[in-house]
Amino acid sequence: MRMLLFLLTGLLAWSACSSPEEAQSASVAVRFSHNWENTPVNAADFNILKFTNENGEMLSIERLRYLVSNVILTSASNEIYKLSSYQLVNLGEEKVTIEGNEVPVGDYKLSFVFGFTDTENVDGSYPDLNTASFNVPGMLGGGYHFMQFDGKYVGQSLAPAAFNYHVISAVNSADPNNLIFQDTSFKVDLGVVSISATTEIEIKMNIAEWFKNPNTWDLNVLNTVLMPNFDAQILMHQNGKSVFSLGAVQE
Amino acid sequence: MYTPVPYNLEIPTLFANKLIAPIIPANNPLTEEGVALGKKLFFDRKLSGNNTQSCATCHSPQKSFANNRQFSEGVQGILGTRNSMPLFNLAWNFDERFAWDGKEVGLEKQALEPVKNPIEMHANWETVAEKLQASPEYPDLFLQAFGSSEIDAVLITRALAQFERTLISGNSKFDRYLNGETTLTPQESAGFNVFMDEAKGDCFHCHGSDNNPLWTDNKFHNNGLDSNFSDLGLGAVTGDTNDNGKFKSPSLRNLIFTAPYMHDGRFATLDEVIQHYSEGLQPSATIDPLMKKVNQGGVGLSLQEKANLKAFLLSLSDPDFVNNPVFRE
Ligand code: HEC
Ligand code: HEC
Repeated sequence: MRMLLFLLTGLLAWSACSSPEEAQSASVAVRFSHNWENTPVNAADFNILKFTNENGEMLSIERLRYLVSNVILTSASNEIYKLSSYQLVNLGEEKVTIEGNEVPVGDYKLSFVFGFTDTENVDGSYPDLNTASFNVPGMLGGGYHFMQFDGKYVGQSLAPAAFNYHVISAVNSADPNNLIFQDTSFKVDLGVVSISATTEIEIKMNIAEWFKNPNTWDLNVLNTVLMPNFDAQILMHQNGKSVFSLGAVQE
Repeated sequence: MYTPVPYNLEIPTLFANKLIAPIIPANNPLTEEGVALGKKLFFDRKLSGNNTQSCATCHSPQKSFANNRQFSEGVQGILGTRNSMPLFNLAWNFDERFAWDGKEVGLEKQALEPVKNPIEMHANWETVAEKLQASPEYPDLFLQAFGSSEIDAVLITRALAQFERTLISGNSKFDRYLNGETTLTPQESAGFNVFMDEAKGDCFHCHGSDNNPLWTDNKFHNNGLDSNFSDLGLGAVTGDTNDNGKFKSPSLRNLIFTAPYMHDGRFATLDEVIQHYSEGLQPSATIDPLMKKVNQGGVGLSLQEKANLKAFLLSLSDPDFVNNPVFRE
């Protein structure tokens, strides 16, 4: 056994050095973290009216899960390394969510798509996402949620009320027989990261940005039943673009 | 030594297409012999202290493996505080949290509980094992299923869990509709729209959909039954007050067989259930935010919408499942 291991390692080492242009392979892990204006948010913060949004409403978070796809590293010479085709990220399950092993050490641009682009947003075709009940009803064109963000807020009426900030690909369903779609997935460019032998990359979501930039979100007006609300989806799409940033890159 | 025959679990095409594979623990693969033994045990009253109750007493095949009592009655006539749960598609409960409050992790472990529960079968596992050991047939059956004729709680619960994993319900009218084998009535299809419409029923966020034919997310929610909880549900299990009043979303299959409804069987009819979601919601700190307009009691469905929703829910009934002779004693 030991001999075999020895041989194997030798073989790996040999094959890694054999092609001169191919640099050492790195193992890359990507972790999503969540904060509210730089204060970390995790499961312990659930269900407490402790956040205040740009518009001044106090709110709580009870569930926040979202879909990212095409998480890729692009080298200076435009070589693409796909770390993940898609991944459901669930606040509360803080763990390394994406891992890649075949990436040569070097500098890369890191990017991903929030949600699915239209071509990938195929109704019912991802068993793990179906199992997670992340689907969008057929009456809204089917496919998948991009984000399910549920909580309560205290607004003009003083009793806490529900909000369901659900992001999907925008659809105008005024005429059920003629749905009009607009692909509201978007690409997030996180800039350049240096990948060394083992690298863990943090991608940060500032949850407050969903309510802030460029559109100040008024939960008194836009709280529930936002999936069929085309205009609300466009506002979410605009606000989503500043939500993510590159966090710590650790060796 | 006898080698048991692997059991061929027939997974409905719809499940195979839409869902990830069911959970079969590596240390308890399904075998013909194991499943048959599990079935025999499931219906055997020897598993109770005074030989009056079997699992099937509270989990009757005709009732989709539930019963129609509000609270189940133990061997000594003492009532529990929870409604018996129907048993099907259990291998697709991917978190493996069982019971209304998720207190039992894994089917094998779950099966340990009712036997020793003083207000259920009120037995002790050593006595049960001795009773079975002394019987003329069981030692051989265990030998064939598990390669050992020494009967104990571990093997008994493994056999029970194997049988339970074969209880698959996937042939309701709505399943056949999704398979293109039948059509819905206009009322059923209008009811499905109420179920899926975020502005109306909005049931699909917790109870599955055409893309999740389990008709449950197997997660824990407070669906607004009470403002003050006499039963803390998940909260009593986790010790986290944020979980108070949360219970597992039940599957909406086979409701026609499983009245009364909810963890405490408080609703005798589906009309009462629909009334609850439409105008009976009770506010509390942990009520799920998917429950809308709580201050008005709910979204207020019209009479027509309620009737349509009910017709749709009934289309999730699977008579083939409850009438399947393979699952009968
Ligand atoms: C006295 C009535 C009674 C008997 C007998 C009984 N059960 Fe149950 N069963 C219940 C009740 C009530 C629940 C819900 C328990 C809770 O939430 O606390 C339940 C829950 C379950 C569940 C969880 C289902 C789910 O989806 O989470 C399984 C599995 C189960 N029983 C299997 C069995 C087996 C196996 C036996 C025989 C060994 C058995 N039961 C005997 C009443 C009974
Ligand atoms: C927030 C998640 C959620 C939503 C949304 C939801 N439910 Fe439920 N449902 C639950 C939970 C949790 C239970 C069990 C509650 C209990 O017993 O305490 C339940 C129980 C039920 C039951 C009782 C089933 C049984 O076997 O006892 C029915 C029927 C039901 N729901 C139908 C619906 C319908 C119809 C809708 C839409 C109008 C709906 N639910 C919306 C979570 C939800």
